Parts: sequence; C-alpha cells; structure tokens
Amino acid sequence: MWAILSLLVENKPGILFKVTNLFRSRNFNIDSISVGVTENPDYSRMTITTYGDEKRVAQIVKQLDKMIDTVEVRHLDEHKTVYRELCLFMINLSNANDSMEINKIASAYGGKVHDVKKKSLMVELTATPEQIKAFEELVRPFGILDVARTGVAALQRSGS
Amino acid sequence: MAIDLIDKMETMTGAKALMTAMEKEGVKQVFGIPGGANLPMYDEFARCNIRHILARHEQSAAHMADGFGRVSRKPGVCFATSGPGATNILTGLATAQADSSPMIAVTGQVPVAMIGRDAFQESDIIGMSNPVVKYAFQPRQANEVPEAVRKGFYIARTGRPGPVLIDIPKDVQQNEAEMEFPDEFKIQGYHPWADPDIVACERAIDMLLNSEKPIILAGGGTIISSAFAELQSIAETLMLPVVTTFKGKGAFPENHPLSLGPIGMHGHAEANKMMTEADCVLAIGTRFSDRSVGTFEAFEKRLKIIHMDVDPAEIGKNQTAQVAVVGDVKASLRIMIKLLLQRSIKKTEESTWIKHVKETKAYWKENLKIHPGEMGAAKILRKLREILPVESIITTEVGQHQMWASLFYDVIQPGTFFSSTGLGTMGWGFPASIGAKVARPDVPVVDIAGDGSFSMTENSLATAVLEDIPVIVFILNNFSLGMVAQWQRTFYDKRMIGVDQEHCPDYVKLAESYGAQGIRAQSMDELEKAIKTALSSDVATVIDIPIDPLEDVLPFVAPGTSLSDMVLPS
Repeated sequence: MWAILSLLVENKPGILFKVTNLFRSRNFNIDSISVGVTENPDYSRMTITTYGDEKRVAQIVKQLDKMIDTVEVRHLDEHKTVYRELCLFMINLSNANDSMEINKIASAYGGKVHDVKKKSLMVELTATPEQIKAFEELVRPFGILDVARTGVAALQRSGS
Repeated sequence: MAIDLIDKMETMTGAKALMTAMEKEGVKQVFGIPGGANLPMYDEFARCNIRHILARHEQSAAHMADGFGRVSRKPGVCFATSGPGATNILTGLATAQADSSPMIAVTGQVPVAMIGRDAFQESDIIGMSNPVVKYAFQPRQANEVPEAVRKGFYIARTGRPGPVLIDIPKDVQQNEAEMEFPDEFKIQGYHPWADPDIVACERAIDMLLNSEKPIILAGGGTIISSAFAELQSIAETLMLPVVTTFKGKGAFPENHPLSLGPIGMHGHAEANKMMTEADCVLAIGTRFSDRSVGTFEAFEKRLKIIHMDVDPAEIGKNQTAQVAVVGDVKASLRIMIKLLLQRSIKKTEESTWIKHVKETKAYWKENLKIHPGEMGAAKILRKLREILPVESIITTEVGQHQMWASLFYDVIQPGTFFSSTGLGTMGWGFPASIGAKVARPDVPVVDIAGDGSFSMTENSLATAVLEDIPVIVFILNNFSLGMVAQWQRTFYDKRMIGVDQEHCPDYVKLAESYGAQGIRAQSMDELEKAIKTALSSDVATVIDIPIDPLEDVLPFVAPGTSLSDMVLPS
C-alpha cells in the first residue's frame, strides 16, 4: 500500500533529522519527503510518502505520533486529498520533430517547456506521482538526461 | 509558554539555574564525573543542597541514576562532561530507554561557537543519542535552562517513562541571564496519558469471562505503574493464573497460589506450559518482547489478546490485539475492578482450567531437575531468598545468574526486583544497586551478579565504599562468560572461544583493595554466614561463590522457536 502521511511539526532545527532517523531505525521506508514552513512560522508541514501493509503504516503513524516534536500526524486518504509533486525533466533531442512531439506530450499533462536548446529541452510538470510516471514512460524513448523531483505535497480537501 | 510564574525573575548563571531548577524538582543527589566542559555546573555543588556521588565511569553513573529512578520512580540524575564523558553515558541511556526508566542525563558541551568545529572533547551527543532517549534538549541561551529542566523532568517521568538528555554548552553554563522558573507549561505534541477506556475495559472483561483458559501476563509496565494491588485484585476476583514477563517478575507475589512466574526463553516450566495452553491473555504493560514470547507468529496464533498499555505505539507492534486498552495500566485495571463490582462478578469455584494450572505448578515444583551439587545455582538462590527480608531490593547483572535469579529467587514483595531486561546490559546491576540503595537506604540491596558482568563495572566499589552505600554483591562465579559458554556448548559444538575468565581477579582481594568486605563462600554453611555477615555490615560486601562452570540454565527456549519448543533439564 502506498500511503501519504502529513505531519505538522514544530519548526525547530533538528526535527527533520529526528523524523528521518525514526524511519531508518525502525526499518521503515521513505518513498518521498517534502518539508516547508506553514502559514504559522512556528510550524512546518512534512509530507512523507511510504509503502507498507496496513499494519505497518499504522505502526509508522503511531511511532511518529509518539515523537514529542510532532504536533499532528495524519494518514491521508488519497481520494479525499489533493496531492502533487513538481518534477523537472531534461530530455534529449535527436530528431528535428522531437521538440514538437515532446511539446505535445507536455501540454497534454499540463507541463511547461523551458530551456529549449538544440540538443535538449526541459519540461516542468506538476502532477500526481502516477501521472509523472506515465509522462516519464512517454518521453523515455527520446532519452531522459536528468530528473529532479520535489516529493509529494498534500492537503486534505476541506470538509473531508 | 509559561502561563504562571511562581518565582520572580532573578539574574544568575546557566549553571546556577540548572541546580536551582533541579532543586525545585526535588533532586537530592547527582551521580557523575566532572570534566572540562561541565566544571561550571560542578562548581555549583559548593552552593546548593544537592549531594554529588562520584562514579568511576560515566556509564556507571548513568546506571546508578537508572537504578535510583526505577526504585524511587522519580528521575535519577547523572552528570558527565562533553566528548568521551558524553559518549560513555550512551549505554546508560540506551539501557534506560529499553526498560522505560525515568532518568535525566546532563552533559557538558563545548561552547556554542565551537560546536561543529571538531573542538577538543566535542561529540555530537544530541545526534548520537537520538534513538536511545525519550527527548533531548540543548539550550543555546542561559535563560533556556530552567524550562529545559522543567520539561525534561516532566517528560522523563510521565507516560511511558524514559531517559532525557540535557546537553549544555559551557558558555551557556557560564553566562548570566534573567531567569524565569516556569511552574506550568505546555508541550503541544506530548500526550503522556490517554483517558481510561471504559468500553474497552468492558470488552476485556467479557472476553475473559467467555474464555475457557484465560491467563494474565503482567509486564514491566505493571511495576512502573505500581499496579500491584489492582493486579492481585483482578487475578483473585476472576481466579486467573498469573505469568509475568522477565521484566514483570515480581509484579505479582511469586508465593501466591495463582502465580506461575516468568515466561520466556528461560521462563518457569509451568509458566511456559500454561501460557502455551491458554486461549485468552490479559497482557498488562508489556511489549511482547521476543525473549518473552518466542516467535511472534506462533504466540498469537491460538490466542485472543487483550493488550493494556500506556504507549499506543505498542498496540499491534509485535502482537495483534483483539482488545486494546490504551492508558495507564493502574487506571485501566481500577476501571475493570469497578466494573466487576458493579456486575457483582466474583469467581468462587475453581474451574477445570485453574485446577489443571495448579496441578501443573505442583508437578514442576516437585519434578524440575536442578544441579545435583551442594553449590548449584538453585540451592544458592533459594538460600539467599530464605535469609533476605522480603522487602530487600534485588538488582541483577546480565547472564546465567540473571536467569537463575528469575527461576529460583521468588519475589514476594512486589516491585523489589530490577534487571536490565531490554538492552541486556552487562555491568548494569552493581551501579544500579548503588542507585537503588540511595533511593531506599532502609532496606538491604543485593546485586545478584556473575563474574563476567561484575567485571564490567566493578570499579563502582570505590563509590560504594567512599560514599558509604553498603550494597551486597552476590557473585555466582563460574569463572567464565557463562551464558555465552552455554550457547557455545549448545549451538557451536562445544567450541569454547573467548569465554574463559579463569580465576582472575580474586574478588575477595579486589573487594578488600577498595576497602569493601570480601567473603568467599564454598559451602551452604559458609554461604549462610556470609549473607548474614553482609546484612549486618555497614560496608559494601562482595560474596564470591564459586560454582560449577558447566552448569546450564534450564528450561531453555532456543532463539527463533516458540514457547512450546521449551527444552527441559534431563
């Protein structure tokens, strides 16, 4: 099971270390992690995606909740959550038509094209990890030169 | 953060604020060793009412604080300097964390401006200690010290207790600031106790009543919560047999007709047998450690589990519970007692199950084979039990003697038996006994030891003698690392590697060289005399009892097997 965890933590030095150290020492996996300060500068929000069966995810949530620096830990229901990841792809251009093809694919996924050069271009994509994966499959034949991803950021829809 | 201030602001140094805040927490003594980076706080001992007890190794100082904390159920305090002083307490922190013991460790640190520059005696103790502390503070300004101490003590002793580290840079100790000593405070992400769960308690009772072969498994949490009377009341009202984990040993009087003793790798035969036969368990304050339950899958297979624990993260970690009762176990047990009263439930007739339990217990009391020699472990420990007053406190080291103590020394007064059960720290028992004696100077304190473990912290004899803390070290001396030797005999085809300690040192002479009393006991008569001499002595005593190096601890549940695979003495 893929799980999105949302943590509200105190915005103090060393908390990211403690959270990731907990994952390491308890033999849990971090699939992706993103951290940023909230509207209240006393707190940061961490969004962590992880894999595990139901029991394991429940155990991860409990261990995170037990941490004194975490104010709130939630396992988000992905169907009631907006979750997105920003991804930058550097893609190889070898044929004259490649640029146009990639532009088409990118716009189908709501991506933006940057830094168009003779031999490469860059696509910025903000999407779900599944969409990013699908996009990646489509552009793979052109040759992916480099990728940078932010990790998932997620917020539950209001009223759910 | 501070809602209410009881004291007016006062200007003082961080070091003075530390001692003042600790006095407010009721600290009467600190176990420790001074060094360069904690000299400012040491200087304050000259101006406060806290006694300093000098250890000879920081690890021992930490174990002393741990022993004090377990016995008094108030955080014990240890001091160490930066760098190696701090790294030396890591084993002490990990031991306290594994056994949920309340403890405060205060370390000196290099000045703030030097942190991260690989300064002399700098160690990143905050980073290193992270997995083995409940929480850690590093005040960067002198005026942050009082709040760190206040919160540190609160965190250490509440909920599931544990060790808290306060790492104070030297300049933070030296700098003066306006100090506030907060009375009330809030820690947003910390909820040590859940409200008692009445519905779950009701379900627990129904499940126990609807089972044919119910049993109670009392863990260390029962002792931490001192839920002795409550446990006994539930057991007697529902007529339930009681087994314990090793850490829960003595949560229930071991001379009670319903007591079966500890389960586990070296559990009592009757306890392991009945645990295996039971169909429903009321598990109180236990994390179902592998040493207690064997393989997790086999244990939970045919068992309905009611799991009562203060720590919600323990529910479902090692075993799946059908009913979870989260909260302080004493409070939860009290609710169960109330519900039983309301429903006028009191068992008066012995069930087939309880008759079978009693028969099994009687059988093993008669038929468990013990070492035939005069100085076999069982006879030695039964003799100790016979002579010691019931209120005596026992600590143990780690190894064969520890498991023999579990098998053959019956704890009669609940909460008088302490051991490093989780981390299994050799060398814990002796310094812990010193801490225990400081907490309870009115009762005899005995460290049941082996020669291997005692060797690791034997220099604490200096502390016992110079600080006038007359504990008794009771060494079952097999001249070897006996438990390792037993495993080499059992699992490694008798290839004995690195286990022979020979007759080195001579523990009688060693004791005497520290100014302690050393007695060798080679017969039951000598042993009886030695124990009586030690009890009437006002100086620390080491009793050296040579035993057969080939004696094994049995019964034995081999690692990776289940309780039903128990090997019995033949």
